[in-house]
Amino acid sequence: MSADTHAAHAGHAHPSYVKIWGILLVLLVVSVAGPFLGIRVVTLITAFGIAIVKAYIVARYFMHINIEKKYVAYLVGAMVILMVLMVGAAAPDIMHHEGANWHNQAAADTVKKGMAAGEAGAGHHEASEHGGTEHGGAAPAGEHH
Amino acid sequence: MSATRPIATTREATGMPTGRLAIWWVIASEIVIFGGILGSYIMHRLGHPEWQYQSEHTNTWIGAFNTFVLLTSSLCAVLAHEQAAKKNGPGAARYLMFTTLGGLVFLVVKSFEWTNEIKHGFTITSNTFWSFYYTAAGLHALHIIAGMIIMLIVAADARKNRELQRVENIGIYWHFVDLVWIFLFPLLYIAK
Repeated sequence: MSADTHAAHAGHAHPSYVKIWGILLVLLVVSVAGPFLGIRVVTLITAFGIAIVKAYIVARYFMHINIEKKYVAYLVGAMVILMVLMVGAAAPDIMHHEGANWHNQAAADTVKKGMAAGEAGAGHHEASEHGGTEHGGAAPAGEHH
Repeated sequence: MSATRPIATTREATGMPTGRLAIWWVIASEIVIFGGILGSYIMHRLGHPEWQYQSEHTNTWIGAFNTFVLLTSSLCAVLAHEQAAKKNGPGAARYLMFTTLGGLVFLVVKSFEWTNEIKHGFTITSNTFWSFYYTAAGLHALHIIAGMIIMLIVAADARKNRELQRVENIGIYWHFVDLVWIFLFPLLYIAK
């Protein structure tokens, strides 16, 4: 029975796997090319929108989740929802450094220090024209003064 | 039905071989593990604009090349499954070996990439961005190594036309590892 199920699973009509792979590669090229336009919205769409499309294609055509038992999709979907709830619940306290009755001074200081160090590093890059310090790149934020 | 056969290949109370169900359970738990890491990264990234000065040092071309390698290895994994369905064990084993080779190329490229970054002072303790970078990519690399080891064992059996149902199971796992990278790539290499 197991072998029959296996054969039926794989014997399901599907488009050419090589064609699917080709589509995935085209999407990869688009996601790499997107940022070159220098438009933030386009970068977000080509990077993350296309990642979602690629993930869907892999799940559907390579993992065959669409012809798997329905409860598999529910199981996997439930985990995604659980993860989104978990992250969503914590997000307001992590993405912001202050609220109605609290203030995260340490995080605010880290941002301030990192921005100052980054801007100084970026200025140095432009001056040196080799994209880095003597270490080959901007030193980690914590090491700047 | 022989009593010597493992229950993972014979018991189907759930409507599918228990081995395949087990793989889906593994993936369900992995979604929370990787989802938690990536979700935490996104939240911190949005709250720390200074990370842009760190993320600009990741190499998009290396990330893109490794994405290409993993997508190609996923193609080989699904072609191995196709051969297994045709009861062509040696054919499935050959494709599994190509898939493993893809994993090896990925790891070699990653090791050169990390060596270069560490040499330039970007270590796991340099900054929270790099902590996330090495943790997320490192955990993913561990999954690649585990997948390669299991795939070699499955390929050794498949070559003798044994336990061919495992070819699909390891393939599903490998596609998931590919899927995780599909999200890691834009987060760590494109969003500068």
